[in-house]
Amino acid sequence: MNLALTDEQKLIRDTAKDMLRKDGARRLRRLRDAAPDARFSRELWAEMGELGWLGLTIPEAHGGAGLGLAELALVLEELGRGLGPEPVGAALLLGAGAIDAAGSEAQKARFLPRLATGEALATLAWQEGPHRPAPGIPCMTVAEAQPGGGYRLTGEKREVVAGANADVLIVSARVGGDPEPRLFLVEAGATGLTREALDRVDAHPVARVALAGVEVGEDAALPGVAALGGVLDRATIGLAAEMLGGMAAALEMTLAWLRERRQFGVPIGSFQALQHRAARAFVELELTRSVVMAAARTADQAGVPAKALAQAASLAKARASDAFALIADEAVQMHGGIGMTDEHDVGLYLKRARVAAQSYGDAAWHRDRWARLAGY
Amino acid sequence: MSRVDLDAFRADTRAWLEDNAPASLRGRPGDMFHGTWGGRRGDFESDDHRVWLERMAARGWTAPTWPAEYGGGGLSRKEAAVLAEELKRLKLPAPLIGFGLVMIGPTLLQFGTEAQKRQHLPGIIKGEIRWCQGYSEPGSGSDLASLQTSAVRDGEQYVINGQKIWTSYAEKSDWIFCLVRTDPGARKQEGISFILVDMASPGVTTKPIKLISGASPFCEVFFDDVRAEARDVIGGVNAGWTVAKALLQHERTMVGEVFARSVLGGQQELLALARAAGLGPPEGSLEAPLVRDRIAQSAMDERAFMLTVQRLQDNARAGQPPGPESSILKVYGTELNQRRRQLAVEIAGADGLGWSGDAYDDGALGLTRDWLRSRGNTIEGGTSEIQLNIIAKRVLGLPDAGGAA
Repeated sequence: MNLALTDEQKLIRDTAKDMLRKDGARRLRRLRDAAPDARFSRELWAEMGELGWLGLTIPEAHGGAGLGLAELALVLEELGRGLGPEPVGAALLLGAGAIDAAGSEAQKARFLPRLATGEALATLAWQEGPHRPAPGIPCMTVAEAQPGGGYRLTGEKREVVAGANADVLIVSARVGGDPEPRLFLVEAGATGLTREALDRVDAHPVARVALAGVEVGEDAALPGVAALGGVLDRATIGLAAEMLGGMAAALEMTLAWLRERRQFGVPIGSFQALQHRAARAFVELELTRSVVMAAARTADQAGVPAKALAQAASLAKARASDAFALIADEAVQMHGGIGMTDEHDVGLYLKRARVAAQSYGDAAWHRDRWARLAGY
Repeated sequence: MSRVDLDAFRADTRAWLEDNAPASLRGRPGDMFHGTWGGRRGDFESDDHRVWLERMAARGWTAPTWPAEYGGGGLSRKEAAVLAEELKRLKLPAPLIGFGLVMIGPTLLQFGTEAQKRQHLPGIIKGEIRWCQGYSEPGSGSDLASLQTSAVRDGEQYVINGQKIWTSYAEKSDWIFCLVRTDPGARKQEGISFILVDMASPGVTTKPIKLISGASPFCEVFFDDVRAEARDVIGGVNAGWTVAKALLQHERTMVGEVFARSVLGGQQELLALARAAGLGPPEGSLEAPLVRDRIAQSAMDERAFMLTVQRLQDNARAGQPPGPESSILKVYGTELNQRRRQLAVEIAGADGLGWSGDAYDDGALGLTRDWLRSRGNTIEGGTSEIQLNIIAKRVLGLPDAGGAA
């Protein structure tokens, strides 16, 4: 594993920088205030599709670029810097990721090319309670096999990223007494499917999804079994990359303020009490960068064992959760009064840090899993 | 060097090591602080350790990447990496460790004149001369540039008077590299020279320091009219601060990497302690959830730190050498080690509190001593506060107290 960027990776990062850095978090604010129902920019989404970003990790055989999570992480980091609400991570790692990991060749051929261009958006509906469940807690959504073939899906899903915007939902559901849930494709217009967009503190697109006896055909079931864990681990690493960008931007914003803001006749950044806190935040940021890069590279290794992927994902997410929360808290504190106003962007980082920290398992969940995987 | 040449080098190296590495040393890798230090009064753990040093030094492989003209191995970075891998494969210890190899040697290569390199490097490579570092003084700790030890020119010599403190292994060392004041009238950083002094010179005395952990490698070193040669000033008279800073940066990287190695395996150590202390069964989940969480946190911090060490090394290999960022490793590595040492004592409970005597086994006594010793990690080699100052000013670009950036 090499933790230095290749020339190709630098190019991807620089392209993403050019496209996403100009607006910063102001864009999220505009979407929040001006278009609360849209939640993200369809124009930018189309542009990303044209650039090939929405197919970055989709295999070339299905219209994508066939690159790895190490490359996608660079785009997600840049998106995260500006708190971009476009569901790139969910679309690629949850939606396309689930189809790629568990779908049949026919399902892949049918959906992946449209996802790669951005023509269609897929996501995964897996969470049912307020927390990521401990291992062994059964999935409550059920898929009953129908006498004439096909399945009938009943249950409720929460915190579905882009759940109200997606054209295709992949729903996890238990079949009979199987311990592991299976994954089912549900298209947006299905009878019995209701979706409620949530107004969450971070203003990112997320929904609750109810399935009241939604009937799907036999070909809606993804044949792959036990795929959910790996899909979630990859998406968790993607989220950690996005968080890395968020914390880097929050720290840079704070450093600029420390240099600019004057009290007692000097820049407040000359005070050692603040310098040391900023320096400690930087140390946490740099450690987070290491674990995120390592996790993405682990995920890209051919035939990586499930345990190694889970450990890498937990390491990245536990640290990203704690570091982003710390840096966002410190950023608001060091901004002083202006940091508490809605007008200032730093508060948007605080809100997103909290949401991200509590998504896909919080730091404690991931430490618990780390310990379990290590046998204690 | 082509892939084929590198493969040939590996085959030759492997064959040579198989023939020349003493069997008794295989499977005993050692670390930065445990091994053969060499020197005029060097004692070897065994005859095989002596043989191992002599054979490796004859090829220059105690300092694999140093130029062959000074007795080094003359290997490229890739060849040196192959050598390191082959040593690791046989779990062999480094033939020689010490501050000559990791501190003064690289400094001489960077700042020394041809004559200085020829005089001093071969003795380091062969393990004949053991070096120590004379930086801190009783009145000059974090404010190192305020140092007062004076060196007054007298013909082709300097006459040195003053005192150094926190000098590791001074009583076992043959030469000392020292910061001395050669111009008391200049701005404090500009009147300092970096000079090499033979510890056998008349007027040099050393006195060990006992720490709260009961022992220590540290000494005080006193200079009373000690005569040193003017030709042993490195980097020019009154230009010693530049040399000193370069060496300190090197030291920080080294200290960080040393801690990276020393924290390895922390999870297994802590787990074994917890099981032994009755906090869990011999296998399976621990019964104390908070202890379990703290062990996981410590293990994950350790892994994140190791990956950061690796990332900085990978960046260096890709042409982006470490700068003041090396302070990150010093701050984080030392605090990580402190957290782990304290957690070990907490988990051991009453068994982690012994000071001496047969009532405690060696492992238990080691826990107490290691915890106490670890408190010094964030003080020595530049305090955490100094490292944070460096990060704030030189990496983050925050302004000085006067208001200037």
